[in-house]
This record gives sequence, structure tokens and C-alpha cells, in this order.
Amino acid sequence: MTDATQQPDRVRSQWWDIWDQFKTHRGAVIGLGFLIFITLFVLLGPLLWQVDPGKLDIRNKDMRPIYTILWDSEAKVSWAKPLGSDNLGRDILANLMQGGRISMAVGWTAMLLSVILGTLIGVLAGYFKRLDGLLMRFTDLVLALPLLPLLLVMMLLFRDSLRATFGPENGIFILIVVAIGITSWMQTARIVRGDVLALKEREFVLAARSIGTPSRRMITRHILPNVLSPIMVSATLGLATAIITESALSFLGLGFPSDFPTWGKILFDSVDRMTNYPERVIWPGLCISLTVLAVNYIGDGLRDALDPRIRGQ
Amino acid sequence: MIDAMFGTNFADGAQRIISFQSRSPVFDIIAERMPQTLWVVGMSYVVGVLIALPIGIISAYKQYSIFDQIGTLISMIGFSVPTFFTGVLLIVIFSTMVPLDSIFWLPSIYDTTHEVTDWESFKFQMRQMAMPVFVLALFNAAQISRYMRASMLDNLGQDYVRTARAKGMTEKIVVLKHVLRNSMIPVITVIALGVPQVFGGAIITEQVFKVNGLGQLLITAIQGSDIPMVMTLTFMFAILIVLFNLIADVLYGVLDPRIRYD
Amino acid sequence: MTIKTALMGAVASLAFAPMAFADGHEGERGRDGELRIIYWQAVSILNPYLSSGTKDIDASALVIEPLGRYDSSGNPVPYLATEIPTVANGGVSEDLTSITWTLQEGLVWSDGTPVTSRDVQFTWEYCTAEGGGCAQAAKFEGVTSVDIVDDLTVTVNFDGPTPNPYQPFMGGQSPIIQAAQFADCLGPRAPECTDANFAPIGTGPFVVTDFRVNDVVSFAANENYRVASQPAFATVVFKGGGDATAAGRAVMETGEFDYAWNMQLAPDVIAGMAEGGVGSPVSAFGALVERIEVNLTDPSPDLDEGIRSTAEAPHPFLTDPAVREAMSIAIDRELLVEIGYGQAGRPTCNLVPAPAIYASDNTGCLTQDIDRANALLDEAGYMDTDGDGVREMADGTPLSILYQTSTNAVRQDFQALIKEWWSEIGIETELRNIDAGVFFGGDPGSPDTFQRFYADVEMYANVFDGTDPQSYLGAYLCDKAPRPDTQWQGENINRFCDPAYDALWQELTSTGDLDERGRIGAALNDMLTKDSNVIIPLVDRGRVSAHANSLGGIELNVWDSELWNIAGWHRISE
Repeated sequence: MTDATQQPDRVRSQWWDIWDQFKTHRGAVIGLGFLIFITLFVLLGPLLWQVDPGKLDIRNKDMRPIYTILWDSEAKVSWAKPLGSDNLGRDILANLMQGGRISMAVGWTAMLLSVILGTLIGVLAGYFKRLDGLLMRFTDLVLALPLLPLLLVMMLLFRDSLRATFGPENGIFILIVVAIGITSWMQTARIVRGDVLALKEREFVLAARSIGTPSRRMITRHILPNVLSPIMVSATLGLATAIITESALSFLGLGFPSDFPTWGKILFDSVDRMTNYPERVIWPGLCISLTVLAVNYIGDGLRDALDPRIRGQ
Repeated sequence: MIDAMFGTNFADGAQRIISFQSRSPVFDIIAERMPQTLWVVGMSYVVGVLIALPIGIISAYKQYSIFDQIGTLISMIGFSVPTFFTGVLLIVIFSTMVPLDSIFWLPSIYDTTHEVTDWESFKFQMRQMAMPVFVLALFNAAQISRYMRASMLDNLGQDYVRTARAKGMTEKIVVLKHVLRNSMIPVITVIALGVPQVFGGAIITEQVFKVNGLGQLLITAIQGSDIPMVMTLTFMFAILIVLFNLIADVLYGVLDPRIRYD
Repeated sequence: MTIKTALMGAVASLAFAPMAFADGHEGERGRDGELRIIYWQAVSILNPYLSSGTKDIDASALVIEPLGRYDSSGNPVPYLATEIPTVANGGVSEDLTSITWTLQEGLVWSDGTPVTSRDVQFTWEYCTAEGGGCAQAAKFEGVTSVDIVDDLTVTVNFDGPTPNPYQPFMGGQSPIIQAAQFADCLGPRAPECTDANFAPIGTGPFVVTDFRVNDVVSFAANENYRVASQPAFATVVFKGGGDATAAGRAVMETGEFDYAWNMQLAPDVIAGMAEGGVGSPVSAFGALVERIEVNLTDPSPDLDEGIRSTAEAPHPFLTDPAVREAMSIAIDRELLVEIGYGQAGRPTCNLVPAPAIYASDNTGCLTQDIDRANALLDEAGYMDTDGDGVREMADGTPLSILYQTSTNAVRQDFQALIKEWWSEIGIETELRNIDAGVFFGGDPGSPDTFQRFYADVEMYANVFDGTDPQSYLGAYLCDKAPRPDTQWQGENINRFCDPAYDALWQELTSTGDLDERGRIGAALNDMLTKDSNVIIPLVDRGRVSAHANSLGGIELNVWDSELWNIAGWHRISE
């Protein structure tokens, strides 16, 4: 009975410890704050700012952001378009929100997919010697598949059926997320495997094994926490890569339809007019960079918080 | 029949793979493209690694110092801004805003026929490489330095570091000999796996600066359904990946003698 | 190790002649040093008989020449011939069944051997050889034989009266190739002659010195060119790759290149670049029309391959002329021009906007009329029954269409605008853009080519060469529809089929009188546009290119290759 009441208490206090440690990492807290902000911005923003991002308004095209008035009193600005409008009069603020939803969704899903896949395969290959050869050769096989031809083939095979089942946007979304996910896990797998190989030879693993720890517990309690930091790094990089790969696919005409904004595509479409309308590249660029930076700091903070050696200090 | 299947023409006594698109031997075209890809993409990789390692080591050793913060910021921006934007930004600054006769002016279009014969032509080669190499190196350095830093941080907290310090070793030896060696394992993986990608080219950067290397070759081949060309390139790519995986595995053993492959 | 060998092997040795000083239009050959041209699509072959790509035809125009070309106002001018044969000067027979060309005396190939009528005859044999897959076979349609009269005279015989005998050997698409060089390259062997296809021996102002597939071509002045003072440039670098924006920037902002082709960029972007002051855009109007083609067959993915997008499966609602007319008049063409082309475009309702005699006086579509479009659809019985803003057919199928085009900033802007207008008349539009290389690639295996047309409507621009639209209008005959048994090749991409149209076109082929031809041409044009709206023309596009301000002699030609007069290009001294 006493055990049962103490158990949840102990577990909770461990997570409190982690949270306490996390809070001391200033960058991580700011990063988390920004991530929450940008998530709310893209999720709730459209409810507050009810402008259709695809709505064309030719008479009000090429508006400058409202702050331009500070140094150029003759600039074409309007409170109705606080961040200005593009060459077809689409509202940039609304587009940033809509584009953010898609970019974030693509980034997170593809990143999670690739990290989970990569970690699973890496740990299994590193820990179980019998699986190593097989899994690593499989990794090499996938690694040898270049993203582009693969995506083209996937497009040919699945585009129409996915479009019919999920609609044009969701179909492409699934296609892109899966393509990015399954072509970017290999690096994580290799790194994790390398680390696990080294960890396996360490004394504490030997000690754990000598007291008869089963493999499953061994992996979750001893191995995984120790390979968390390279996983964190690949997760942060993975998020950025996914967002950028998506924009690169649009660049090659393989991505979302052109009336479907994403941060990467807004940035790409604005590059032509970069000198005259710098705000059109600055805002989406900032959104991508800051999101990636925030996730990176959170990853840093999490790693520190999860490491019991640092936590004690 | 075999000829028809593989796009070859062994029957004519010429054992060469012929591209569907241009009807010239695939390897001739690849050989034409190799120099610019190696110059630009390869060089940017070398530069990227050379920048990334020290930055990773110093940021980890002095975690949360100003150097670390700035390093993190720059590498994250370098990583998160697409190359089609940084590339064009550099062109706008160095090719259009800077006057043509200034020494800072850099060509925006890569001359693939340029040949290095003397000091002047070498200087020109450096200038035309500057922008694409910078764009790609920033991207590579950002990635590698993150892994380096994370791995160093892991090892700096280990018991053996404390032991080494307790024995009275100098910081230099502790960090550069003990910690670095142990931290290189994940980094070696990243670096080794990146090398085959050098040969795959950097499609977008090549497009922006019109380098027309292997990346552009692959994409035009895919678009033109040039199957012999796509097959040759991907096969080459696969061989390189296997090769560099092997190298990485061998290096694991060198760095950490406890890792054994039986 | 292998890398090093490759490096050394691949770098071709090319010594550029030192820059000479330029003054005036006249002077010795090669006085102006190097000319740098950039095409954002790279050259893959220098033989126009094996590629229909504009980039390849333009690049080969530097080396090989036809008997005659069209000048910038569309008039034929002799090149290798002494004069343009006509009925008046006796070159064309009275019954219009043959044409006799006379070569200039003393013409030599760049290798020093004389040009003879055998070369002309050989060119015909080359393109019509069995199994050669000649890309310009249409140029030689109806030619029964090419007879050598003497060393410098050759007669082309047609199978019937041919009012426009200037198809073979006229214009950049059918230049004369050297019989000696291509002798072993007939028929199926044609693509295998890599050396000849990459470096043809020609009569033009330049010769190929280095060819790199899909990258760069280097040329040097032809020492045997027939005009002693031409070309003004000693060498030409013909670079390919990148995109239109980058090419424009290289010419107009950084000044690294002298000439850039096909600037399909928004007018404000071009104007921004021209402020750089190093180069300027040039444009000229021809018959290039940006249009929306309507698919009359059903592209639904539910249908089996082989039936999808073929005449066996008619489109559920786009076969209704009322829908097509509504779609056409819902478009504000003036605004499209303003957004996408500026000075380099004008709104049009015609498929053939020029030359004047063929242009129909069709202006009905120029004013946008959303109300009338809605009324048309109401009358035809398409009502929005479920209140989602999209009209449905009587059986409940929504008027929902897929609209595809190539990837290009201007085209995507057009898509967004047109999608908006169509949504106002209750037609839902899904957009798709495909890389130009694939879209126009013509690969029978790809589902994304414009011929395959797995979409309801698609947008692109097309033009005819020369000044006679006969073969252009002939594209819309019933049997020209792309379908599985033609390997999805064919020009009638709408799968338009009207016996009256076919009959009228036959009448055009046998009509010699120019005014009468104009009347029939305009009538054919109206059948496709005004009467049926199978083709929805949008913009009469000018050809836009950019050149350095220091480059003189450019006369943008819309009726032939843009580089038609490159022999006369020169540096303007400052």
C-alpha cells in the first residue's frame, strides 16, 4: 500500500526536477515561449485576422508593411494590410499564418517520422548484433535512393489515388511528408547505431547486464537516455530540413499547388522582387529561422535537463 | 536484346552506356561535369568541415559563452534559410550592387569552360567559386558543427574526463586528445555520409549559379526520362555510399579500439 | 585518382582570342572579341532535325543555315539562295507544284569544301529517311522528290498545288546540313552520330569548338564565312541553365552576358532589372498566343489507362459550349496583360493574331462579363444545388476542374487570377504546375506532358513558324489528337473533332489566292475560338529578350530564330 502511494509521487518529482532544470536554461525557455507563440499565431491567428489568404485584391497590390510609413511617408500602406500585400494583392499576414500551418505541419510530422524511424533502426542495429548487418545494409540501400527520383516515382504511382482519397491538398501533404520522412532517417540511424555500439562496451552497461536486466529495459533505461543528445540534434536539424526540403520541392515544381502557401514558397516567390520589397523575404525567412532556432534551444535545454549528471549541478 | 534492355550497345562492339537524351556516352558527360562539381561542392564541403570542427569544439567547451551563442545563431540561420534565397541575396550584393571593377565584385554565373593555367586564371577560379562555395559551406558547417558540439558536450561530462583532469593533465590534452577523440564517432558518421552527397551535387545551388554539375545532370536526366543516365548516376551514388560507410566503420574502430567487428 | 584523371580529361582546352577593339559596324572579322549568350534552357544537341526545342534550333542557327529566312517583319529573305523563288520570277511553277532554288556561287562549308545542290537533296533524304524520327518532318510533308538540276540548282516537287512552297529549307527549323558529314547517319543511325550532331559542319558565321551537353557551347568565327567583315565576334559562349530571372539579371544588372532569351517575367521585375542600366529588354509581336486549352475528353483518374483523356471518354461538362463560353468571358484579359506582360503583351481573342490577313476581327471576349457568364450557366442548367458555391450538373457532378501549366512565376499568377474569376461563376478550380522540362518534354511515358493532358484545362503559349498558319491550323484535325496508339504524340491536344473544320482546312490547302486564304484562315480561327471556345486565347505575347546596351545589330525576329542575324551583331563603341 505504501508503495502504491509513493510511486506516482516519485515519478512526478522526477519530471519536476527536469522541468526545474529546464527552467534554468534561459535560451530554452525563450525558445519554448516563441514556439508556443508561433504555434498559436498560425493556429489561432486566422480566427482573429479573418482575411482569406488566397483572396486577390488587384487594386491593393504591392502594398508596403504599415511600419514603412516611419521612414517613407509616401509609401503605399494601409491598416487593412499590416504587413502589406503581394503583386496580386494577397494579404501577406494572412499568407504567413496559412503558410505557417502547412510548414509547421510538414516539418513536425516529417521530423517525427524520421526521428522515430531512425532511432528505432539505429538502436536495434547497434544493440542486437544479429540485426546489425541486415538493418545497416537496409539503411545503406535507402541512403542510396536520391530523394528526387524517388519522389517523382511516388508522384507517378500515388498522386492520383491519394488525390482521390484525401483531396488534392491532403494527398500532396501525405506524399511530401512521407517522402521527406523516409528519405531522411538514415543519418539518425547511423549516428544512433554508432553511439550505441560505443555505449555497449561501457562499464555501466556491463553492470546492468550482470544483474540480469532484460534487453527491453536495457534499451529504454540505459541506452536511450544516453543517445538522446544526437537524437535531439537530428530532430532540430530534421525540422529545418523538412521545412526547407518542402520549399525546394516547390522550386522544382513537385510540391504543393501554387495557390497553397507555405513559408518556403512565399520566400521563393518573393526572391524576384527582393530589392524592391525586402519585407516579403524577411518575414517568411524570419519565421523559418526563428522556429528552427527555438526548437534548437528547446532541444539544448531538454538535453541538459534530461542528463542527471548536469541536473545535479 | 540486352542492348535494348539496358540502353547499351554491346552489339556494336562498343561497350559504352549511351544516354537517351544526347546519344553520347554517359561517362563522357559525367566526366565533363565532374570538375565543376568537385571544385564547387567538394570545396564547400571541405571548407564547411574545416569551419565546423573548431566551432563545434569551442562552443561545447565554452558552453553558453558569447562565442557559443553567436555560433549557434549563425549556424542555425545558415541551416534554416534556403540556399535559393542566400544565393540570390549574395548575387544581389556582390554582383549587382558592387561595381564591376571593384575587387569585391564576384561573377554570378559559373564559367564551366574556365581552365586554371596560371595565377591569374587561378584567381578567377577562386572568385567564381566564392559565392556558391560560401552558400554551401555555410549550410554544411551549420549541420556538422551542431553534431560536433552535442557530441563534445556529452563527453565533457563523462567520468574519464574528471579522471584525466584529476591526474593533472593540461586542459589542452584533455580536450583535444581524450574528449575530441571520443566525440568524433557520431561526427565521423555525418561527415562520411555527406561525402557521397558531394558527388550528387547540390541541385539548387547549381541552378542559382549555373554551375551545371552532376546535380543538374541528374535532374535533367530525370525530367527527360534518360534512364541510362539516371541509372548510371544512382549506381555511382550507391557505390560511393557503401564505400564511405565502410570508411566510417573502419574509422570507428580506429577512434575507439573497443569497437570490434567480428 | 580516377577523379584526377577525369578532371584533367574533361577540361577542354580552349584559348580565347584576345579582345580586339571595336569601332563602327564595319571592320575585319572577329574584331569584337567574345559574345556571351545565355539561354535558361541548356542546349542538348546542335541538330534541329533531332530536336524541336527552341534552344537547340537557336543554337544551331549559328552554324547551319537554310536557303532562306524570314526577316523581322515576316518577309522572306534569301540566305544560301541567290533569291527567293516566286511565280513572278519563275522559281515557282505556274501550277504551284514545284519550286526551284538556286544556290549562291562560291559558297563553302566551314571545312572549305563547296556547297552543292547534293547537300540540299541530302538534307531532304536525311529528314525523310525511314526510322530517323526527324523532328521537322512536318516541314517536308507533301514533298515527293528533290531533284538536282545542276551543281547549284535544285527543284522541290510537291504532290499537289502548294500555295506555300516555302516550308522545306526555309527558316531555322530546316537548315542545310553537309552530305559528306552526315552520309552515314541516315535513318535509325541518325542519333548515333554524336560527333556530327554536336558539331555540325555548316555555312553559318560560327563553328563549334566545344560542346558540353546541357551546359555550354563554345563557338569561333567561321573563317570561310561568305561575308568578309562578318561575324564581328571572334568567339561565342552559349551558356545554358538556371532560370529566366537569373538570365535577365546576368544581362541587365551584372553585365556578365550580352544576350538572354525569353524573359517571361512580370513587367515590374523586368523594369527593376533594366534600372541596372547595363542592358535593356527588347520585344516584338508575332503570333505567340498564351491560351487555355480545354480538354474535350475526360481526364478522370477513375478511368482506365488507354481510355482516360481519349475520345472514347467525352468530358462530362466541358463538351458543353455554354460552359466554355462562360469560362472565356469570365476572364479579364486586360488585367492579365497588366500583371503578367505589360508592354510585351496585348489581350486577344484569336488563336492566329497575325499576320493581319489571317487575323479575325474577333473582340467579343475582351470585356469581362461575369453576369453574362453566370446567366449562361444558369440557362444551361448548371445550378448550385447544395449551396457550397460550386455549380453542379443535373446528375450532381460538381463543376470542378484541374488547371495545369508549366512552372513559371507569371503563369502561376495567371492561375491564381483565373481561379478567382472562375470561382465567381461557380466553377471550382484546382491548380497544378509542372516543371517546363517535363511539361513540354513530350516523353510518352510521363503522365505530365501537355500532350497527355491529364487535366481539364491547361495553359501554355504556342506559335507557328514562318508567316503561314496552314500547318498550325492543321493541328486541330480529328486525326491529330494525341492518343495511346500515337504514343501520345500529336498537336490536337484538345481532341477537337469537327468534320466541318476538317473540310474547311482541306479547302485552305488547295487555295492559292492570298485574300481567300486569309478569309478561310480567319474562319478556321473563329471555329476554334469565338464559335466554340475550345481554345480560350488570353494574351498575344511579344517575344521578350534582353541584350547588353553595348550590343548592336539586334533585330528581334518573331518569324524565325531570334539569332537569325547574329552574323551582323557587333559591339557599339562608347
